[in-house]
Amino acid sequence: MQQIAYFIEKYKYFLLFLFLEGIAISFTIQNHSYHKSQFINSANAVSGGLLSKSMSIFEYRILKDDNLRLANENAKLRTLLDLQQNIIIDTNAIKNTFITAKVIQNSYTKRNNILTINKGTLDGINIDMGVVSSIGVVGVVKNVSNNYATILSILNSKSKINAKLKKNGYFGTLAWNGESYHNSQLLDIQRQANIAIGDTIVTGGKSILFPENIPIGTIKSFNSTNKRYRNIEIELFMDMSNIGYIYAIQNKDKEEILELQRND
Amino acid sequence: MTRETLILAFRFVFLVLLQTLLLNNIYFFGYINPNLYILFVFLYPIKTKRSLFLVVSFLLGLSIDLFSNTGGLNAAATLLSAYVRFPILKLILNSKDTDFKFFNLNQEPFLKVISYVAILTFIHHLSLFSLEYFNIKEIRTIFHKTTTNSIFTILLIIISIYLTKKKSNN
Repeated sequence: MQQIAYFIEKYKYFLLFLFLEGIAISFTIQNHSYHKSQFINSANAVSGGLLSKSMSIFEYRILKDDNLRLANENAKLRTLLDLQQNIIIDTNAIKNTFITAKVIQNSYTKRNNILTINKGTLDGINIDMGVVSSIGVVGVVKNVSNNYATILSILNSKSKINAKLKKNGYFGTLAWNGESYHNSQLLDIQRQANIAIGDTIVTGGKSILFPENIPIGTIKSFNSTNKRYRNIEIELFMDMSNIGYIYAIQNKDKEEILELQRND
Repeated sequence: MTRETLILAFRFVFLVLLQTLLLNNIYFFGYINPNLYILFVFLYPIKTKRSLFLVVSFLLGLSIDLFSNTGGLNAAATLLSAYVRFPILKLILNSKDTDFKFFNLNQEPFLKVISYVAILTFIHHLSLFSLEYFNIKEIRTIFHKTTTNSIFTILLIIISIYLTKKKSNN
């Protein structure tokens, strides 16, 4: 007994160090797993509030780009509206609703990037909602609090998004290797798919998080041996270093689909 | 509450806010963000209890994590650099334990200050990026990021130390 007490006395700093280091590493591991929501995240009143305040000070840096992007999107939507002028829109048939939010904290050079937005459960944001911008896919909601939420960016090792070739519908998985924030990688594409440099990649309809045909990027380069494609590099449409405003997608059929899948 | 505790508390809050609201958005050359907040660890008085120092360093790292969504990465790295600070200081100052009570960064020669800062910063950054990537295949990226980020952090810390130097100590 005395020896144990002596041991603890002698190594007490080391034991304290090991204990705290253990806590820190368990937080890190928790952060790495996709399905567990992390304990330490910026979607809380204190850090969310401060980040939001600081964003409103530095916002002027991105306003110019944001305005241009929104104007372009408006023009695109007006054209679409013009085409559909004579169709009566049934509000019950609308599958997805969009919630706008502002990105208050962005990171894009880490291995696992996570963003923070200024909307939370009170505004209708829920875990596992798809997030897009007017240009392309951004990520998936990971943690929510009342007024803030964090988003698992597509620039994250845990992010796997169903994507397909726009021209022929062959699909694969979008993942990120951690190198450049301009590029992403397309994995597991079928052998029969006939791909070429410059082909457009969009979201596939297989995931309930994103509606079909949301733009992602174009094929930049690939290797093929024996008609087996490897290292397909995608140049993203979205500039992940400058995001601004985003839309979180609420899929009205999501509950129903999940219910069906659970019953199987 | 003594004056010293107040100064430490103010420095803690100031460095956390400076780091998370400003320095984490710098992106020098597209990817370099200096981690100035570890200056807190370097300046922490030596004569206080070591267990308190470890807990405070852990909390410092955790506050940074709270803002930047990094799990416990900064907490782990900051705690490690706090733990190895004492042995490294012993190595650099090359003297016995009793001398540390009077240790003051402002009064040490430049070479000793810079090696103290550089070694601890390198340890902090190396553990930070190793835990972030946690993959032996990425070892080149880890070393690349560690060196480039360390250089900027060390520069910023040395500048801060000499800018905040008290005139009366000279």
